[in-house]
Amino acid sequence: MITDLAIKLVLAGIVFFGVLNLAGLHTWIERKQSAIIQDRIGANRASILGFRLMGLFHPLADAVKMFTKEDIIPAGADRVLHTLAPVFSVFFALVAFAAIPFGDRLLLGDRVIELQVAKIDVGLLYIFAMLSLGVYGVILAGFASRSNYAVMGGLRATAQMISYEIALGIAIIGIVMVYGTMDLQELVRGQGRHLGGWLPLWGIVVQPVAFFVFLTAALAETKRVPFDLPEGESEIIGYFVEYSGMKFGMFFLTDFLETIMVACLATTLFFGGWQVPYLTPNGFQFPWGSTLPISHWAYVFFGIASFSTKVLVFCWLFMQLRWTLPRFRYDQLMRLGWLGLFPISVANLLITGVLLALFTEGF
Amino acid sequence: MAVKVVRRRELTFSEQLYVPQILAGLKVTSAHFFRNLALHVAHSLGLLTHLSASVTFQYPEQPRPLAARFRSRHRLTVREEGTPRCVACMLCETVCPAKCITIVAGEHPDPNVEKYPVRFDIDLGVCVYCGYCVEVCPEDAIRMDTGILDVAAYSRDEMKLDIHELMDPALRKPLGDCSCSLRFPHQCRPAGGPMKGDWTGIYGETPNVSKPLVDRPRTCMPIKH
Repeated sequence: MITDLAIKLVLAGIVFFGVLNLAGLHTWIERKQSAIIQDRIGANRASILGFRLMGLFHPLADAVKMFTKEDIIPAGADRVLHTLAPVFSVFFALVAFAAIPFGDRLLLGDRVIELQVAKIDVGLLYIFAMLSLGVYGVILAGFASRSNYAVMGGLRATAQMISYEIALGIAIIGIVMVYGTMDLQELVRGQGRHLGGWLPLWGIVVQPVAFFVFLTAALAETKRVPFDLPEGESEIIGYFVEYSGMKFGMFFLTDFLETIMVACLATTLFFGGWQVPYLTPNGFQFPWGSTLPISHWAYVFFGIASFSTKVLVFCWLFMQLRWTLPRFRYDQLMRLGWLGLFPISVANLLITGVLLALFTEGF
Repeated sequence: MAVKVVRRRELTFSEQLYVPQILAGLKVTSAHFFRNLALHVAHSLGLLTHLSASVTFQYPEQPRPLAARFRSRHRLTVREEGTPRCVACMLCETVCPAKCITIVAGEHPDPNVEKYPVRFDIDLGVCVYCGYCVEVCPEDAIRMDTGILDVAAYSRDEMKLDIHELMDPALRKPLGDCSCSLRFPHQCRPAGGPMKGDWTGIYGETPNVSKPLVDRPRTCMPIKH
């Protein structure tokens, strides 16, 4: 009992450590990547004892600044809700990571450890529930600020998030139908087979349309460019206009956490999670017949490394998109969501169902 | 009046699909990203330094090249023996639209020169860097070619340049009380303070000579940075 608890605590610690550090690093990645794209150098002045480390101390300096800034609650605002809103946002963004499997099962002695904080049978539903609850943080922030601009921003953000959640959910149903499970660990295991012996049967292969719908809707869900009009940091006033100091920082952190969440989801659902092509628990089994046995620890390590690499690549891709695309106008955003993604995802669902009914033994 | 009807271009099918256009955009940004990333890595290894990975000037360490006609901080040109070329004709003080120049004239020991500035102060906190003083000067005694841009100070008083700093751009604030080791071959009264220096180094003990011991050169001393 105690050992089980300790194992879960260690797993949770690993996930939180990795995720929060990656979120902090995202401020650095954002600055540096945009700088390199735009032929600039980027923030590189913060130094400790003369060491600059390519500007890696800037996130640290940011954190110190955020924590020491004055925290303003507008007169007449609901003090409790105003404080609660950013906490809500960060909390629900963080707990969603519990269901993400970041590696295959680890055999330690006679104990089998699933590399996943919480093994939930309906892990996919759990994650979507947590992401949807994140909307409360947004609307509470707008509502509790006692500012008309913040209310408008909150409503705009809520409308956007709810609209895109529908397309997001329907796109995912296709994946669930193909692999027949909502347990993310089992879903990743299901992607370990190979089509014709050589093509990894990842989600992107069986559901390419769902992938594009998912990616677009998920970007809108996380309120990143090109769908960042709920925030529109300086131009359009967003829901956290009345926030300062670390409360503002928490909204920002939520943003990055949700970006990482979407990267994890895209990896898990469409890119085989911790699967490495041709790698089975016994070692590599290449399509041309040769095998390369590896130890259990190496197998687990390969799985975690594969998952982390895929997540990082997705983070990079989201940043690249963020510095490539201009922002949508609000009517364009709604048109894309309801008239573009929604019908496409429904059609994808129908076609998937028909194909599955015709060739059930195909997969 | 003719009316010109401007039609907006209709989007083609591939443009309406968004995805090909997004990929084209990603191609542009990714090309920049990977080229610059590779160059940054190569630079850190000391390779390919002739190719630049960014357009940034790391300013305080790496100043930007200035145009030849760029107007920067003023200086007073000096004769060969180290005295100011200025003859205190007051033209610059008169033309100055910001009224930031203060000149107090004194009698020059050389009757051919007649006058010289005992005081020559410019308040850079007021100066608009129009360059009229340079244009109007008949003696080429004031120039704006020091290349000094970063004139900054903690008080308004420190923004005022006296004749010392104007004659030697290498001197920067704070100067202390100016009684320091500054050696001036002529008499001057910086910033309205007491009179300092004398002419004896050039003209000997007799102040009023009929003929200058040194020919007046027309060239200026090079700028010391």
